[in-house]
Amino acid sequence: MPGRPPDLRRPGVSRRNFLQGSSVAAGSLGLAVGEARAQGPAMSAEARTIEMRVNGKTRHVSVEPRTTLVEALRDGLGMTGTKIGCNQGQCGACTVLLNGSRVNSCLALAVMAEGGEVVTVEGLADPDGTLHPMQTAFAENDAFQCGYCTPGQILSAIACIEEGHAGDEAEIREYMSGNLCRCGAYPNIVAAIVQVRDGMEG
Amino acid sequence: MKRFAYTRARTLADAVEAAGAEDARIIAGGTTMVDLMKIGVVEPDALVDITGLGELRGHELGTDTLRLGALATMANVADDPAVVRAFPALTESLWKAASPQLRNAATLGGNILQRTRCPYFRDTAFAQCNKRVPGSGCAALDGGETTIHAILGGSDACVAMYPGDFAQVLVAFDAEVETRGPGGTRRIPFAELHLLPGDAPHRETVLEPGEIVTAIEVRRIPAMARSHYLKARDRESYAFASASAAVGLEMDGDTVRDVRIGLGGVAAVPWRARAAEESLRGGPLTEETAREAGRIAFADAVPLEGSAYKIPLGADVVAGALLTAKSRPGGE
Repeated sequence: MPGRPPDLRRPGVSRRNFLQGSSVAAGSLGLAVGEARAQGPAMSAEARTIEMRVNGKTRHVSVEPRTTLVEALRDGLGMTGTKIGCNQGQCGACTVLLNGSRVNSCLALAVMAEGGEVVTVEGLADPDGTLHPMQTAFAENDAFQCGYCTPGQILSAIACIEEGHAGDEAEIREYMSGNLCRCGAYPNIVAAIVQVRDGMEG
Repeated sequence: MKRFAYTRARTLADAVEAAGAEDARIIAGGTTMVDLMKIGVVEPDALVDITGLGELRGHELGTDTLRLGALATMANVADDPAVVRAFPALTESLWKAASPQLRNAATLGGNILQRTRCPYFRDTAFAQCNKRVPGSGCAALDGGETTIHAILGGSDACVAMYPGDFAQVLVAFDAEVETRGPGGTRRIPFAELHLLPGDAPHRETVLEPGEIVTAIEVRRIPAMARSHYLKARDRESYAFASASAAVGLEMDGDTVRDVRIGLGGVAAVPWRARAAEESLRGGPLTEETAREAGRIAFADAVPLEGSAYKIPLGADVVAGALLTAKSRPGGE
């Protein structure tokens, strides 16, 4: 069992922030991200440097318009924790939190994430190396075999609880369906999520 | 991915102008566009990012209408408890589509314009695809794999299926699409947005160059409360529909006063099963009449060898959706 209460309040992760924009009149809600990034060279295919907050730190990275977010993280910033699997948004290996929501970073253009807040698997452990409770739970439940899909599974698992979609095992399976594991570690992944969910209640 | 110029629109007027350029495309959630650009199916010279346009965000459930901003995400709307209560079929169609990651990124404006999953459209190794390369032929009709193709609305040039879920609800409930283009703003009945393939399957909608979907509006009617979206697919979750039905019912005692049936997974465009609706209106809804409506919905189907299974499956899905909708509390 986790030795400390789970803390899901990581950079860019705020409870229920996926509800932003719901039930408000169209036009009344402008996310700061959209406004802050209104400047920039018009109509250019050239590489340029953009700024993002990655795991709580301001980072600059050179990207072309066609550079995807996962490529900017891996090739531009050397953060290879986020994996490229299918590269078509189908397997979930590239899952990161972008402005608090889990997304497929292989289908996000880095230029469109300019000014945004990204959380990757590298941002989950504490600076002293203490693992995030979900990382601990994955280890304790053998929730990985080859480990390739694990970073995306863990980010998605954290988001699954944050979104309030970890009610029972059927709901967990439904809301983890965007993350494929070819080893078939699903029962253990579900067990890890249940463990962290119940740890939050205790 | 081919290189392209990128610009972020600051105003809707800027976006309309930039998107009107030849080989320019609009991008918002990017879940379809980036995918198709990676596999070389769509190769624009310029992308116009409209995600900074605040007036296209959000959604509002009013007394008379549900208004959905074009930039509202699938997840935003699917998880709104007020919409879940008021309009089950609409939220079910959203959360049964795609994966959580995709629903967080994909916008409703983009969703209704998503492209077919026909393997010959998506694989540029095939020379023949009238939708991708006008006049090149149709590999599916030339003896190809046809298990996910349209049995309603196809033509001799194209049997590609419209793959979405949300659109089936919009077509069943007479939604309207609001757009801004070079000619100003206009409202398009949802049923008129998508074009049947005919002999020009590369023309998929009535939108003109530079015309941007800004909102989707659905008038609130009693049949919304008693609605259901039933989706049959190859696996439990995260798969496209083999056959689906969006239905809504308004009952007057035991008599059907209003009924709406949209079909998915089976047609070239979002499909309204009007003859099936007509068979039920003014009569009782029983398992027998529901099954008869299912059969009528597919009376005009033109199956290919691989897609014939969709006829009995689709009829069952229609009947099942109607009976589930009937069992729902109908009060507002």
